Amino acid sequence: MKSVRIIPCLDVDNGRVVKGVNFLDLRDAGDPVELAAHYDNQGADELVFLDIAASPQAQKTMVDVVHRTAEQVFIPFTVGGGIRSLEDARRILRAGADKVSVNTAAIERPELVTELAEEFGRQCVVVAVDAKRAEKGSGKFEVFSHGGRTATGLDAKSWIQEVVQRGAGEILQTSMDKDGTLNGFDLVMLRELGSECNVPLIASGGVGNLEHLVEGVTKGGADAVLAASIFHFGDHTISEAKQHMKEAGISVRPHQ
Amino acid sequence: MTGVPLIAVLDYGIGNLRSAQKALEHLGVEALLTDNEEIINRADALVLPGVGSFGRCISALEETGLRELTKSAAQEAAEGGRPFLGICVGLQMLYERSEETPGLKGLGVINGEVELVSGVDKLPQMQWNLLKAENHLMFEGNEQESWAYFVHSYAAPISSHTVATCVYGKEVCAAIAQNNLWATQFHPEKSGKVGLQILENFVSLVGVDS
Repeated sequence: MKSVRIIPCLDVDNGRVVKGVNFLDLRDAGDPVELAAHYDNQGADELVFLDIAASPQAQKTMVDVVHRTAEQVFIPFTVGGGIRSLEDARRILRAGADKVSVNTAAIERPELVTELAEEFGRQCVVVAVDAKRAEKGSGKFEVFSHGGRTATGLDAKSWIQEVVQRGAGEILQTSMDKDGTLNGFDLVMLRELGSECNVPLIASGGVGNLEHLVEGVTKGGADAVLAASIFHFGDHTISEAKQHMKEAGISVRPHQ
Repeated sequence: MTGVPLIAVLDYGIGNLRSAQKALEHLGVEALLTDNEEIINRADALVLPGVGSFGRCISALEETGLRELTKSAAQEAAEGGRPFLGICVGLQMLYERSEETPGLKGLGVINGEVELVSGVDKLPQMQWNLLKAENHLMFEGNEQESWAYFVHSYAAPISSHTVATCVYGKEVCAAIAQNNLWATQFHPEKSGKVGLQILENFVSLVGVDS
C-alpha cells in the first residue's frame, strides 16, 4: 500500500525557526527542537530542517539542533542547507539525522550526489530542486540555486533525471513561483517533473490550506507533501491535515 | 540479571547508527555504540543496524573485524541465547546472500536470498506502512493498527520466520524472529511510539531464557 507522508518544514536561522514569504520576509516561529517534538506528537510522518543561514557558525548550531532532536524525536528527519561535502554530511548524519538534502552544492558539483550515495546509501540523499516556470508557452521549468536567488539555466526535468541517475533517493521539489503565496502547489510543475521520476517526490511551495495538500497528491501525483506556514502558526494541526486527506481517500498513517 | 541492561549497538562505521542508540537510551537502558569486543561480549543484548547497500554493510562489517563475532552472536540468539536485533540491512545481512550484491556472502544465519521488491513503480519504499503482524511478543502492547517506517528496495523472502509483513506492490517481509533473534525491515527507532514499544519488547527479552 502506498501511503502519503506529511512533512512539516522548519527553516532554521542560527538555531531559531523562521519561515520566509517568497524567501525574503522572515518571521520567527520558535525553537526547532521543541517544534520538532511538537510535530512528532501531532503525528508528523517526517521532518525537514532547512538551515537558511548556511554559514560555518550556523552549521555548528545545526549539528547541535540535530543532536538534541535525535534524543527526543523518533521519526525520520532530513537536514538541508549548507551541506557542501561528504564531511558536512557525515557530521549531520552522525549527529542523528536520517537524510541530508543538497541543492546549490549539487548544482555546482553534481559528483557530490554520486559521492553521497556511494558513501551513505541513496536512501540518505535528498536533492532539493527549486524551480520556476520558464518562458511562457515553453512548458519548461528552470532550476534556481542559492535559495532561489540565482537562475542556473538548467532544465528542471533533465536535472532531476541526472541526479536520480547519480543516486538521489528522493526529490524535494519547490515551486519558486508558489513558495510563500499560500495559494497551492504548482500542480502543472508537479505532474510534469514527476512524470518520469522513479524515486519518491516531495511537493513543496504554496500550501495555504488543507485542500492544497490533497491536490498535491490527487492532481500533482506527489508521494509526500511538505508545508510550513499552515502548521507553524497554528492554522491547522498535522492530525487535522491527516483527517482531511483520509476523507479525500488518501492513505495516511493515522495519528497514533 | 541485576541493574540496567547493557545493549551494544554494533558500530561498523555505517550511516546514522546514533538513532538506534538514542531510542534505546530513551527506554532507560544503557546503550553503547561500539566496535569494542570486550563490551560486545559483556553486553546483555546486541543490535545490528544497517543502512545503505548490502555489499557496503557486509564489507564494513568485515573491515571492522566484527563479521564472525556478529554471526556467532546471531546464531546464539536464534538458538535461544543472548537477544539480538537486526534492523533494515541488519536484517538482510542475516541471510545467505542478496540480489543487490551478487557473489557476496551474507552472514548465512538464516537460509535464503534477499530479493529486489518487485511490482512497484517507485523504489525505495520510503514511507510508513501498515504492519500485518502475527501474534508475537515483538508486537505486544501495540494497537491493532501499527504503522512503521520503511526505507528499502530489497526484502527477505517470506518464510516460516516471518512474523510481520506489509503490502508494497505485493506482500513484503517486514519482520522475522527465531527465538531471541529478532529482525525488522522497518526502522523501529524511527517508527514513533509503535517502534519504541517494539524496542521495549526486545529489551524485555534480556535475562529471559527461551
